[in-house]
Amino acid sequence: MSQAVAGHPILDPVLAPTFPKAALPILRNAQLRKNVTHATDVIQAKRAKLVAEKTDWQELRSAAAEIRAHALENLGEYLEQFEARCTAAGGTVHWASDAAEARQIIVDLLREEKASEVIKIKTMTSAEIQLNPAIEAAGIHAYETDLAEIILQLGEDEPSHIVVPALHVNRSQVREIFARRMGIKDLSDDPQVLTGAARNYLRQKFLKVPTAISGANFLVAETGAVAVVESEGNGRMCLTLPRTMITLAGIDKVIPRFKDLEVMLQVLARSATGERMNPYTSLWTGVTPGDGPQRFHVVLLDNGRTSILAKPKERQTLRCIRCAACLNTCPVYRQTGGHAYGSVYAGPIGAILTPQLMHLEHAQTLPFASSLCAACYEVCPVKINIPEVLLELRAQVVDQERKQADRFLDLMYWGLRIANQIFVSAWRFRTAQWAGRIGLRFFTGKDGWIHWMPSLGARWTVSRDLRGLPSQTFRQWWAARAKEAK
Amino acid sequence: MRASLFITCYNDTLYPETGRAVVRLLERLGVELEFRAAQTCCGQMHANTGFRAEAFSQAKRLVRLYSDAEAVVIPSSSCVCMMRDQYPGLFEELGNESLRRDFAALLPRVYELTEFLIDQLKVEDVGAYFPHRVAYHPSCHALRGLHIGDRPVRLLKKVRGLELAPIENVDRCCGFGGTFSVKNFEVSSAMLGAKVHDLLSTKADYCTAVDNSCLMHIGGALHRQYAGMRTIHIAQILAATEGAAAEEAA
Repeated sequence: MSQAVAGHPILDPVLAPTFPKAALPILRNAQLRKNVTHATDVIQAKRAKLVAEKTDWQELRSAAAEIRAHALENLGEYLEQFEARCTAAGGTVHWASDAAEARQIIVDLLREEKASEVIKIKTMTSAEIQLNPAIEAAGIHAYETDLAEIILQLGEDEPSHIVVPALHVNRSQVREIFARRMGIKDLSDDPQVLTGAARNYLRQKFLKVPTAISGANFLVAETGAVAVVESEGNGRMCLTLPRTMITLAGIDKVIPRFKDLEVMLQVLARSATGERMNPYTSLWTGVTPGDGPQRFHVVLLDNGRTSILAKPKERQTLRCIRCAACLNTCPVYRQTGGHAYGSVYAGPIGAILTPQLMHLEHAQTLPFASSLCAACYEVCPVKINIPEVLLELRAQVVDQERKQADRFLDLMYWGLRIANQIFVSAWRFRTAQWAGRIGLRFFTGKDGWIHWMPSLGARWTVSRDLRGLPSQTFRQWWAARAKEAK
Repeated sequence: MRASLFITCYNDTLYPETGRAVVRLLERLGVELEFRAAQTCCGQMHANTGFRAEAFSQAKRLVRLYSDAEAVVIPSSSCVCMMRDQYPGLFEELGNESLRRDFAALLPRVYELTEFLIDQLKVEDVGAYFPHRVAYHPSCHALRGLHIGDRPVRLLKKVRGLELAPIENVDRCCGFGGTFSVKNFEVSSAMLGAKVHDLLSTKADYCTAVDNSCLMHIGGALHRQYAGMRTIHIAQILAATEGAAAEEAA
């Protein structure tokens, strides 16, 4: 869909470079890393405080995990229920099997509205299907209304975080973007002044543009309601002023009952932004005459989700409520930020979700973009065992590699195959220990340490020394001691 | 009490002094230790890199080797974690009924070293002496895998002369992650840089852990940077006494 623009991060998993390649320029970008560290530190501290005050946090997590798991186990039933209730309340439900179909449905709806402009509430799903370029190609201009999304749209940048998309941009950079794109002279970097500038820019759009697009945090099967949570109230403006609302939602967003929101909203707000409750929680059910949008469409998007649903170990991926707590705590994400993941879904959840949405035809390096430290699993409010899914996907990627003719060009691949042949036999293992000691002696310095190794070893010695192999293995010492004792 | 020592492949090859310390420590506490020479690797490296069939062949070997052992002690939390978290899935998928039965019988008798000391030997004061300032790095597999809790800290607190140094962001990964450190060596190095920064701020003489894998990673950077802080496996601290100082590099 979208083409790579110079200086523009590529968030299309089909076109994106591998994770290690994409991470490299970011690791060299001191400003971006500082921004990411600062922002994730702030959110994490707020989250930790609010989780700690909740004495039943683990029970809440379990309840949230169960609600989501149950909804997924019975997804077909709940989706049909949602469709029936939403339709009865005056909404129109559309089904899209993939990104192209969803884009087409939305563009057609906008054409029916004779829209030349559309305002948008922050929606990651629209970025997943690369909706904005499709809308623009149809001659319709899309205006983002979430403050972070405005920064990215005006700065010709891409989101790097699920909840805080412009997390990698600091306020002096925001000042520069606003001053340049809004044509404001003498703009200070005071947050209030910057927000004021955004407000002036947005108010005109809210009052003038009659068509809006939103995502959804939850779809309530029982009532047909759609829920959106946000912090700024811009979403609320989009939900009240326009004539027509189009909501794009993944089919995984459904929850069974209205009262399930009690649990879900608690864990979401605390996990996502470290707040007890979201500042703005909007719920709407179909159309209410004389109040809010009078035409309402929901586009339910599959785009690979049912194939994830079909796999028992991977299914838990779809429990995700996009709180991004796993990103904030991830020691990898904290170094690389979001763009390295080449997808709108960054961090640990992105590392498992994106390759699956791509049917593992792309983004195969993402499951390896983790040290398996499990910090993500620990904070996940719906208990997705991300390390378990990472391992499952790694095995699938390796199984793909086993069928490739060029697999033996990959040093890591045949290294591991040979290592296995060594590990399944004690005498081969002893021989390898002996050979390793002889081989590494050549690279061992006078201080007894290895400072450089060739080939794959150089990837270790790039930043780490390795102590040279000792002259006696443990098993040799044990054998010698046993002999002496006799 | 009798126990069998699974030293692990990399301790055997790279850090025999850790193994010697485990022997010294456990024998001092009255444990009758044996070492089965047929042992090699638990299969973790292969399992974590996606080589499931290979990991299975190593896992099967290990279960068969120790099926009659009274207790298996392992001075490496990640290898214990491999058995507890990944063996069940591997055996469910690739194993047969008899292997699953043997494994289920063996698993409750597999202990990480500090688990063995605290839970089985019921000892916190092992009579150690180590007059240094020490920063304890809780490895991810010990902390979030085995939920080992404060066992290592309780043991260290009873070591005479030892001063514990608190680490900022103590639960954050050092960036090793097995083959991750090679596949994603730039990101891994960046993570290591952050960890080394937090460690050096402690002004400790030593960084210790229950895993030599993290210590190999951290120690490699400390050595590269001429940082003046050393790494040492917890077994070597616990084995040290007034009469016999800790054994370090061979």
